[in-house]
Amino acid sequence: MARRITIGFIGFLVLAASAFPLFAADAATIKIGAILAVTGPAANLGLPESRTLEMLVEEANKAGGLLGKKIELIVKDSQGNAEKAISFAKQLVEEEEVLAIIGPTTSGESMKLKGYFDENEQILISCAAAETIVNPVAKWVFKTPQMDSFAAVMIFNAMKKMGISRIGAVVSNTGFGQGGKAQLEKLAPENGITLAITEVYDATAGDFTGVLTKVKAQDVQAVVNWSVEPAQSIVPKNMKQMGFDVPIFQSHGFGNIRYAEAAGKAAEGILFPCGRLLVADALPASHPQKKLLSEYKKAYEARFKEDVSTFGGHAYDAFLILSEAVKKAGSTDKVKVRDAIEGLKGLAGTAGIFSFSPKDHNGLTMDSFEMLTVKNGAFALAGK
Amino acid sequence: MGADQLLQYLLSGVTTGSIYAIVGIGFNIVYSATGIINFAQGEFLMLGGMIAISLAPVLPLPLAIAAAVLATGLVGVLVQLVFISWLKNPAVLRMIVITIGLSILIREASLHVWDEKVRALPFFSGDETSSIAVLGARISPQILWILGISAVLVAGLTLFLRYTLLGRAMRACASNTTAARLCGIRTSSLVTFSFFLAAAMGALAGCAVSPMTQTQYDMGTSLAVKGFTCAVLGGLGSSTAAVAAGLLVGVLEAASISILPLAYKDVVSLGILLAILFFRPEGLFARRAAGVPGRAG
Repeated sequence: MARRITIGFIGFLVLAASAFPLFAADAATIKIGAILAVTGPAANLGLPESRTLEMLVEEANKAGGLLGKKIELIVKDSQGNAEKAISFAKQLVEEEEVLAIIGPTTSGESMKLKGYFDENEQILISCAAAETIVNPVAKWVFKTPQMDSFAAVMIFNAMKKMGISRIGAVVSNTGFGQGGKAQLEKLAPENGITLAITEVYDATAGDFTGVLTKVKAQDVQAVVNWSVEPAQSIVPKNMKQMGFDVPIFQSHGFGNIRYAEAAGKAAEGILFPCGRLLVADALPASHPQKKLLSEYKKAYEARFKEDVSTFGGHAYDAFLILSEAVKKAGSTDKVKVRDAIEGLKGLAGTAGIFSFSPKDHNGLTMDSFEMLTVKNGAFALAGK
Repeated sequence: MGADQLLQYLLSGVTTGSIYAIVGIGFNIVYSATGIINFAQGEFLMLGGMIAISLAPVLPLPLAIAAAVLATGLVGVLVQLVFISWLKNPAVLRMIVITIGLSILIREASLHVWDEKVRALPFFSGDETSSIAVLGARISPQILWILGISAVLVAGLTLFLRYTLLGRAMRACASNTTAARLCGIRTSSLVTFSFFLAAAMGALAGCAVSPMTQTQYDMGTSLAVKGFTCAVLGGLGSSTAAVAAGLLVGVLEAASISILPLAYKDVVSLGILLAILFFRPEGLFARRAAGVPGRAG
């Protein structure tokens, strides 16, 4: 009888331990969640993001953590799927009770999460680009990449300098592609550019000669491709193969050298707006971002043996903003941290200098972009 | 629309269509021998491409491709021996579930062996930017490679099935397994062999399309869907029909792009598939009924 009770008691202990894993010394850590597309079609974005966070959290913990507490990072792989992103968000918020969530990687996912975070008063710092994530402003939702509208205007300005006025655009059928399409269509008239044709393609397709034939038929002087998928490498290849020789512009989604490598020779001369991370070495020493960019680039490339990309930078900025806000608030109270983010001014990150306000949850200006090009298989400042 | 443009649309249709066609052929081999639709066929393509890409830096391109074809063929054999050979008279539904499961297994395994990065084989001739002029329109030389390889595959397969003892035994095995066994044909080894052949041919197709579509661990599914569409559209069991159907779907998609927004492309091709399934379930070019009752598939 005594034995049965003992076994029963042990069973109860095991059950209790598995049901309440949070009992152990939990108050000493700060939990931060991240929902990133570590695999799937947007993996070229999500993987550098998760690697960057892993590196930053390790560095921060070595240096004593945040407010004297260790940081615990929980990364969930959404594979770029909005449904998965939502269920992970609920899990992180309700079960793990994280302080804030960094991500998701893609615009489509971020838009799906926007409402949930705002209604439940949880902090979300998105690493995705679409303008609609912070416009209109949701009180609890922020984002670190530059605005689509800045990218569109940068592209139009470069076109004007080259004497281009009639263009065609192809965009992917994702949240990012649709966001770009909206900005291109909205801003083209006021910039004196005629957008002769806009076509939306399936992001997973392997060949785009059909749609490019249609664009070519419109006698355009340049083509804009707006996506974050491997299509960014295939579209330039297809254009060369079909003898469609006009300048190619891509969005800030092109900021990973792998896309240029995959397009090989066809990538030469592609123009795209981008943050300064990829050309950190070419910046003057006096530039406010220079030190941070060089250090991040060096640490990342030494540790992961791959070129740094702007996407990892977006996660870098998200973590930077969150930790600065926690320090400023001096607490891990969600309301105080959120207010602190809104009050951050002149914070140098990888994408630019962040100055938030209640009306601006991105905090960047057009100045955060440079026009880059591909030269001999590497990224370089355009026109220099 | 000018003649140049019409031709460019046609060539773009041929470009897409040739990729569909070469995928479609693979479905036919396993089907011809066993009556099974192997939904992991797309993964064989991906494996072939991935292995060739990994070997390309150390071996000359033709050798790397040959090694990838052989290795993927062995994976096909392994898959058949481990997962399929012990099933006696498997129901169609069961086979579908098993092969879909296999496709997920292979996909996830490749994600761990390689990673999520997008890779590509070098172009077989020329490079990313080279193109060949055809009557004023232009096309990548790789497309001619894909079409050429498809033609060789189809011709080789047809001759093999019609004139060799092994090929005839495979056909016998497909048309009536019991009778074939009574005649002294070792049906189980034949099924294993058909998986080898399908995987090897899939791998070759995967290498041929890699410079165009690029290769990634999860490329198999979307390629397989289009390849399967073409195999069904042409008439299951006939590789010539699969190629014809592939080119037809490609050209129809290009035609749809020329007049409708791009988004309707798949509506057009899948709409045609549905219509064919309703009105001519044996396929466009098939002579005998492939989907007759009493035969799996």
